[in-house]
Amino acid sequence: MRDEEAQRERAAARRARRLRPARSDDLGLRRGVARKLMPFMVAAMAFLASLALAGAIAAAAFSRQWQEGPAAALTVQVPDPAARATDAPQSRLDRVVALLRASPGIAHVDALSHAQIAKLLQPWLGSAATQGLALPAVVAVRAEGAGPPLAEVTAELRAAAPGTLVDSHGDWTRRIATLAHSIQALAWAMLALVTGVAAAVVTIATRAGLVQRRDAVLLVHGLGATDADIARRFAARATRLAFAGGLGGTAVALPVLAGLAALAAPLIGGIADPAAWMPALPRALWLGLAAIPLVCAALGFATAQVTVRAWLRPLP
Amino acid sequence: MNSAVVRLDGVALDVGAQKVLRGISLAIPRGGFRWLLGPSGAGKTSLLRLLHLELRPSEGRLELLGRDVGAASRAALPQLRRRIGMVFQDFRLLPHLSAFDNVALPLRLAGRPEGQIQADVGEILAWVGLRARMHCHPAELSGGEQQRVAIARAVINRPDLLLADEPTGNLDDAQAQRLMLLLGELSRLGTTIVVATHNDTIVARHPAPSVRLAAGRLVSADA
Repeated sequence: MRDEEAQRERAAARRARRLRPARSDDLGLRRGVARKLMPFMVAAMAFLASLALAGAIAAAAFSRQWQEGPAAALTVQVPDPAARATDAPQSRLDRVVALLRASPGIAHVDALSHAQIAKLLQPWLGSAATQGLALPAVVAVRAEGAGPPLAEVTAELRAAAPGTLVDSHGDWTRRIATLAHSIQALAWAMLALVTGVAAAVVTIATRAGLVQRRDAVLLVHGLGATDADIARRFAARATRLAFAGGLGGTAVALPVLAGLAALAAPLIGGIADPAAWMPALPRALWLGLAAIPLVCAALGFATAQVTVRAWLRPLP
Repeated sequence: MNSAVVRLDGVALDVGAQKVLRGISLAIPRGGFRWLLGPSGAGKTSLLRLLHLELRPSEGRLELLGRDVGAASRAALPQLRRRIGMVFQDFRLLPHLSAFDNVALPLRLAGRPEGQIQADVGEILAWVGLRARMHCHPAELSGGEQQRVAIARAVINRPDLLLADEPTGNLDDAQAQRLMLLLGELSRLGTTIVVATHNDTIVARHPAPSVRLAAGRLVSADA
């Protein structure tokens, strides 16, 4: 008797299991075209977003590297360095070095020796040619923070040692900084564009789903489903599909980014380790990449909610 | 008259430029049963759609279950709809759901516990003679079976107002008789029922007050 009861209970449980799944898919959302289309479209957008994010972060790192490196360097040439300075009882070179060390925004001043200058000129003039030349002294300066007030320092140096040249590499460092900022701006614009396109993809897929299931939606609406009930069903589906697409797109982008990072490592101060299975990506990029599937899911949810509610609003 | 579940006062309905209903005034008390009669194009289905809150009147006042529909906010209507059952002429079963899940739909929308749903749906499907076919999808059911599923879905949550558009159209005599017995029982239990039909035989067999329409106007309404 107990066996029979147990059997009946097991049969009822089996029936319940068989009937239960339909509850979460009253509108037949698992059968739509969007199921196949949306993840691929979102994956493509996530792939592009990953690249754009990497571009923005790389451009920022590149810009920072140049700000701290070549852009922070000044070269000062002092002709006739051994002659007496006009404003102090020192050689022109010593006076220039002293003035530079006293200037704000300067971290390090290094007057190159004659041998170092000759070595620098050797590729162009040969080893013997520099011996008889009256070469100017060269002072390598490294700036810090916002750097020295260039016009004032130059005027001061020229007053002490007329003919002194200060080369701040300003023109080309400005160009490189502009390039880096342009790349960053472009990358952020691309991210915004990709986000917009992904939202459009979810909107189109959701509207297609609504049109495809118009009768079912109207029926459920007539049975007393609220706009929130119906929107929740579509949004849950869109969230899952967009998350899957985001995950797939980011996963595909990862080896591409790893390859690019290996190529770019020397340019942005890193060292490509051939033994590492993947070059070290910046922490900010890892965080950004981890956020992409979540952002896709949130975008899918919000877009589907808005689209479905807007579609239902004209109904009584 | 204050306890009327359905009350229309000078109701008109325009669909586009077409005047579908004009000057409809009637009241149906709680537990009342009305045949809705009239030739094709008289406006029977439009009147049922108004009562099912699929449409809003263009003019006049419509009161359902004690609520003035014109004054009710859109957010208040789903709650009202859950108290109204509807048997559509074309069944409107969801093709991807089994007979069981089609019938369970109103209960699931109302948030009933799954255990109770299993028992209630099983019972109503047994009553319409479809317990053995509960896992079948609409495409696997005959027209009569689909209509019985639609009827089961309309009555599963014991609605306060039941509307039916040609509910016996695909039923054989015996099934039609059983349906009328069910409707009579629901009416006795307090459900207000409006049935639109062309079937003079069934109307003659089950005499009840009627509302008669012609060309969108009320011709007669029994008290």
